[in-house]
Amino acid sequence: MAVCTTPSILAVIQRLINNNPNWQCTGAATLKDVIQYFNQQPFDLVLLGSGLTEQEERALIAHVNQKTPLVKHYGGGSGLLNCEIMQALPV
Amino acid sequence: MAQYVFHPAATRGFADHGWLKSYQTFSFAGYYNPQRINFGALRVLNDDIVSGGGGFGEHPHDNMEIISIPLEGELKHRDSMENAAVIKPGEIQVMSAGTGIYHTEFNKDKNKAVKFLQIWLYPNKRNVQPRYNQINIDNNIKNVLHQILSPDPMDEGVWIHQDAWFHKGDITAGNTVAYQIKKEGNGVYVFVISGSLIVDDHQLDTRDGLGVWDTRNITITASTDAVVLLMDVPMEVDF
Repeated sequence: MAVCTTPSILAVIQRLINNNPNWQCTGAATLKDVIQYFNQQPFDLVLLGSGLTEQEERALIAHVNQKTPLVKHYGGGSGLLNCEIMQALPV
Repeated sequence: MAQYVFHPAATRGFADHGWLKSYQTFSFAGYYNPQRINFGALRVLNDDIVSGGGGFGEHPHDNMEIISIPLEGELKHRDSMENAAVIKPGEIQVMSAGTGIYHTEFNKDKNKAVKFLQIWLYPNKRNVQPRYNQINIDNNIKNVLHQILSPDPMDEGVWIHQDAWFHKGDITAGNTVAYQIKKEGNGVYVFVISGSLIVDDHQLDTRDGLGVWDTRNITITASTDAVVLLMDVPMEVDF
């Protein structure tokens, strides 16, 4: 799951991840969406992008970290994404 | 006791997209090396060559401090905050991407390549208001390390959202300069733009990088005329 409140940046992140046939990305633009999607299916990794408030980030981390690895995503595009995912997911 | 990590130029990642040739000191895009992720808050050090007329179409960035330093040629920048500018050698550009920004970067010349360093640092605060700035840093005084970036808007150079300081120096052969790391807990990454020099007994050549930490001072002696970029950054980063 990729989380980012800017729809256009979220779309870029999703497209880049989904370009890899071994990865599938669900995008969430709000904390509410994150919690809803988590109630529907499991995820291997959460990438926390830009836009949530500090309070929302804390709530998200508290909710997710018990179930799934969470990585703060930096960059908003292709530069760091591959490395962040490769480091977080088991080989 | 000082610690060192040496990154010879030839060990950098390399991406050839035709219009773009990019030498990458740290993992970036398709280049992944778990031993080469970052040096403290310094996350990206790309040595880019863009062919005449080529460039990066509109793309987003967020939550990084992005610094561009042209070495040869000129780069045209446009962004979603309606900034439009050309940067050339002797100048430095900074974008605090924060909550998100879109931009394009194109070679201004249709025939000759533009060469520049693109450097990304982790910010010390996420989701800041995006901002852009560029200034002239040209300085003819040799054998001095000139500050070109700091955390302080009132200080010399551009400023960024990170406790980092950049210095650039043009050192003539045989001369020595000393550098004192600005903040407890910071290390300094020395990148040789051109020439050969010795940093605390370590020989460096063009485009080599040397990270130094757990010390407060380094000395740099030019074996040949050399141009050097020092990036003083926090070693501990709160991800």
